[in-house]
Amino acid sequence: MGLIDKKIIDNKRTSRLFWNNTAMVVFFLCTLVGLLVLAMLIYDTLNDGLRFLRWDFITNFASARNVEVSGFYGAIIGSLWLMLVTAPVAIILSVSTALYLEEYARKGRVTDFIKINISNLAGVPSVVFGLLGLGLFVRAMSMGNSVLAAGLTLALMILPVIAVASQEAIRAVPSSVREASIGMGATKWQTVSRIVLPAAIPGIITGIILALSRAIGETAPLVVIGVPTTLLRTPSSVMDPFQAMPMQIYSWVKMPQHDFSDLAATGIIVLLAILLAMNSVAIFIRNKFSRKY
Amino acid sequence: MTPDTKIETKNIKKQNIVSSTDAGTLSNDNRKNVFSSKNFNLWYGDNHALQDINLDFKENDISAIIGPSGCGKSTFVKSLNRMVELVPIVRTEGQIIYKDRDIFEKSFTKEELRTKVGMVFQKPNPFPKSIYDNVAYGPRVHGIKKKKILDEVVESSLRDAAIWDELKDRLHENAYGLSGGQQQRVCIARALAIEPDVILMDEPTSALDPISTIKVEDLMKELKKNYSIIVVTHNMQQAARVSDTTAFFYEGYVVEHDDTNVIFENPNDKRTEDYVSGRFG
Repeated sequence: MGLIDKKIIDNKRTSRLFWNNTAMVVFFLCTLVGLLVLAMLIYDTLNDGLRFLRWDFITNFASARNVEVSGFYGAIIGSLWLMLVTAPVAIILSVSTALYLEEYARKGRVTDFIKINISNLAGVPSVVFGLLGLGLFVRAMSMGNSVLAAGLTLALMILPVIAVASQEAIRAVPSSVREASIGMGATKWQTVSRIVLPAAIPGIITGIILALSRAIGETAPLVVIGVPTTLLRTPSSVMDPFQAMPMQIYSWVKMPQHDFSDLAATGIIVLLAILLAMNSVAIFIRNKFSRKY
Repeated sequence: MTPDTKIETKNIKKQNIVSSTDAGTLSNDNRKNVFSSKNFNLWYGDNHALQDINLDFKENDISAIIGPSGCGKSTFVKSLNRMVELVPIVRTEGQIIYKDRDIFEKSFTKEELRTKVGMVFQKPNPFPKSIYDNVAYGPRVHGIKKKKILDEVVESSLRDAAIWDELKDRLHENAYGLSGGQQQRVCIARALAIEPDVILMDEPTSALDPISTIKVEDLMKELKKNYSIIVVTHNMQQAARVSDTTAFFYEGYVVEHDDTNVIFENPNDKRTEDYVSGRFG
């Protein structure tokens, strides 16, 4: 008793409470910076782009001469074609990889090394993937600047992103339910397909949609591959050339006439709307299927 | 009890094995063995976790395995359905005979073994599915698809697990909404649904409250009419209450295996006596 000077404790209290409140205010202000920037971006985009946002814009091909009739149709359809190739290739490869690494591979240095490198791959700049696609698909495999070449390139780019998200989702399934399944004579595959995957699916799908959202807005690999911006038809097979939304926006921004950069803003609005819709689906799926352990 | 089942020290025990005396064999009982382990050894890496285990378990007995933490009792019971091999560094030697077949034989797949030897785990581990789907999981995995049969299996398994009346109107609710005790009895029903011969229980009541514990113990006594039960327990009173025979494990050895009343009232080994009387462990 008496080792502690009660006066010091009383004096300190004011400053403790001050820092306690300060911390909250600082964190709130930092959050505010992000929100403000986002709000300004959206305001600016809407301000520039809304005047061209008409039905024509969705249904017309792009025109480099007349801004009034220039539209986003080829780019929207082209991007959808692109996703048609990217999504299945990326999903099958990355979810299988994640399942192999988490459920089948022997734990050890080799597995750890592969896991670390997949995470590293997720951080590789997209332009590098573009160069890979150019060398491998466009030239070596002579696919040209087709939907297939670009789709495979983007699939490679988002593969590690989905793989990492899937690994985390699979790891979050408690081992006790795996043991319950195996303990009843179920095979590994039955356990994986009936217990592990259904439990991990919300996390996997969230990862997939976020990765696809990134792929659909990605410009750099498409620039490297040489995706055309003046094309007055939509692809009819995966071997055809195509346009893409981010490429179209990029080419409009580069035009000297000011109206075209406003048109680019209109394109951004459409792209953002599509991204928002995709993210809403991700959130919906996560909430609908999420299970608690 | 014959005196040759008595094991005083590790040295004497090893001599017993050399002279091929079954340390865990109970004489004057001509019922069949469901399991008998012969010179069974197990290592986790360099850690020799089970040493020369010789134990026989009789049909329709409740056989308890007791011992302090880390004595290898859970490891042993998980060896019986080869679940222990989920740990990659595990290595085994010796034999475990399940009804005349060595469980480590190539032709005896783990899947077949685990169909005949069910398991109930320490913590209730229902699947995040409905109660019905939980119980029907085993039969479905083994290829039974007819709804009528599944319905019957679910009902009879839940009845055998003494939980049908509580849950019959809630079959399609998620099993996670149940209390811990109910979940554990659903897990027992789930294990019964594939009609195993043996049920292994690894501390089945350690996560349950006293009332649920009593329910599970009553259930075990009921189940032994049709099943052989091998139960690992931390709780000595539980072993004394429910089991027919008790094996005392200590530091990876079987110190003593005998009728439960002998183990608790007149043990041969000093360490057994100290443990069951609460002097250590």
